[in-house]
Amino acid sequence: MSETTTHIPDEKARIGAPSIPGFTEEGENLSPLNEAAAPLSGDSVKGHSHGGGVGVPDSSRAGRLRSYNVEDFTPLTGREEDWRFTPLKRLGGLHTAELTGPAPKVELSGDEKVTITTVPQADKLRGVVATPDDRVSANAWKYASEAQVLTIPANAEGIKSRLTITGQSMDAAAQHIIVVAQENSEATLVLDHVGSAVLAQNIEFEVRSGAKLTVVSLQAWEDTAIHASSQQSAVAKDAYFKHVVITFGGDLVRVNPSARFTGEHAEVELYGLYFADAGQHLEHRLLVDHNLPNCKSNVLYKGALQGDGAHTVWVGDVLIRKEAPGTDSYEANRNLVLTDGTRADSVPNLEIETGLIDGAGHASTTGRFDDEHLFYLMSRGIDEKTARRLVVRGFLNEIVQQIRDEELEARLNDIIEEELAVTNS
Amino acid sequence: MSTLEIKDLHVSIDTEQGEKEILKGVSLVINTNETHAIMGPNGSGKSTLASTIAGHPRYNVTSGSITLDGEDVLEMSVDERAKAGLFLAMQYPVEVPGVSMTNFLRTAKTAIDGEAPKLRTWTKDVKAAMEQLKIDADFAQRNVNEGFSGGEKKRVEILQLELFKPTFAVLDETDSGLDVDALKVVSEGVNRAQDENEMGVLLITHYTRILRYIKPDHVHVFVDGKIAEQGGPELADRLEDEGYDRYLNVTA
Repeated sequence: MSETTTHIPDEKARIGAPSIPGFTEEGENLSPLNEAAAPLSGDSVKGHSHGGGVGVPDSSRAGRLRSYNVEDFTPLTGREEDWRFTPLKRLGGLHTAELTGPAPKVELSGDEKVTITTVPQADKLRGVVATPDDRVSANAWKYASEAQVLTIPANAEGIKSRLTITGQSMDAAAQHIIVVAQENSEATLVLDHVGSAVLAQNIEFEVRSGAKLTVVSLQAWEDTAIHASSQQSAVAKDAYFKHVVITFGGDLVRVNPSARFTGEHAEVELYGLYFADAGQHLEHRLLVDHNLPNCKSNVLYKGALQGDGAHTVWVGDVLIRKEAPGTDSYEANRNLVLTDGTRADSVPNLEIETGLIDGAGHASTTGRFDDEHLFYLMSRGIDEKTARRLVVRGFLNEIVQQIRDEELEARLNDIIEEELAVTNS
Repeated sequence: MSTLEIKDLHVSIDTEQGEKEILKGVSLVINTNETHAIMGPNGSGKSTLASTIAGHPRYNVTSGSITLDGEDVLEMSVDERAKAGLFLAMQYPVEVPGVSMTNFLRTAKTAIDGEAPKLRTWTKDVKAAMEQLKIDADFAQRNVNEGFSGGEKKRVEILQLELFKPTFAVLDETDSGLDVDALKVVSEGVNRAQDENEMGVLLITHYTRILRYIKPDHVHVFVDGKIAEQGGPELADRLEDEGYDRYLNVTA
């Protein structure tokens, strides 16, 4: 168990603070190499404490290649920083194949104010928010022949919508979805992935100024599904974006949510809940790019693992650029290991290029089910099965209660019950 | 009347240096409505006895028996012991994140009674018991023991004692870490539970302080895993004056 917290609210106001070599009141003096190549240029000649070095492309998250052109990405070997945990053999060819299978069926329900239209590949709305940052996402960009555009009209309030995405074919497919939350709208949107598919997906969320958008991406796939989803968002001035990922179905699921800001005083919250059973690979890699001043971000992912070969990966990249003073950010990942034979990888990365921030912290814990909890509850007459259920549900409930949708919460509680029934069998 | 009988109990734990015997033949008979104080220096095995009665997996019973009205307690799982009427107020109650006190108390009460308590009277009972123990009402919404101070955790243990109404309660150093006011509040809770339910009490303590508030009928002095001396309340007074040195010198 390790926990790291950095909180330096008063630091910037302190005048005449004792000087530390290499530091100024604005934080660490970065290498002059950076002056020549700012992170935004896409060049990354920057040293980094996690082992990077000059000229190593993966040494800063900011330096990662972004391109609409799949050919710009070299073929994957599995040794790349962003693929090193993913079993490429189980990726169903999403990184190599022509993604010409039928895309999952898309069906919108709920509030009638939300509209859905289909636009061609070349539409100007595509790419307003997202640029693929890995080969699979770029491959999906190439092969998605059209995109569904959901629009939440300006000033609409209390909108609740659901987009059911039903996989019907195991031929490798690509899909593109764009969600536009117009100015000052307030909405909750559930992306409900069901059925089975081999799918590479790009989803763009444009959260315009003053809008409040909550998205729940639910991966309720059948056991055979293979799903790689890049979910990028751009959050405007005074806007609020809450993204909740819930993953429990599928053979291999890899969801990469990211958020960047297009205006100040915006806030994002990224939550995630995953429950991996025997043989499942569930991976979540997120990026919060603090590229503008005075924005807030909070990240919390919680996962439970049970059964032989259950593997979860969580990589959280938070980047606080030089251009982002006044940033307040925190990220955490917590894993609860229920049985032997599982593996949880958890990598919180925090890159800070300015000291003029309100807060930045990261934490990661992975722990076994605690026998002392079990003893305490059982010593009060509660049988082992019920005690385990209480603890696991309690652990995951912190995320479930973020959804604030009774129907969906009830469904999730049922799912957690089903998962727990597996442990006890 | 119920009887909890401990006969020639030997208990060991696994350590890195191998198996270590902690209890070396303990015999005790406790009836309902009686209060037995177990006193002794640190490391004498008092808490081991408490945890063994509750069934903590760390402690191996190598010989001897514990019976409740003739039923073999050692054969029972931890939750079965609680359902049979045994309660352990723990020395270090653990925090259980994500489980609210309200949910926990109701789940436990349902398990112990075999049926869910009637909602209206239950809520009232919980509220009244919390007030008497001077526990803040908002604790009910908080997670089990999470962020509670040492003293608050002990009060919550006694809250459970009052709500679950066991036949026998083992209090493992409930007095440690309590200030005088809290000690009084907690002791009153134990006395109330005994008056109402004719509960038998096994009070484990290092200090005689709590015995001013909870009057023992019998006092047993534990030294090196065995009962070195037993007597009435007057034995506690003597320990207050003389401490445990007398016993330690004998064994040295």
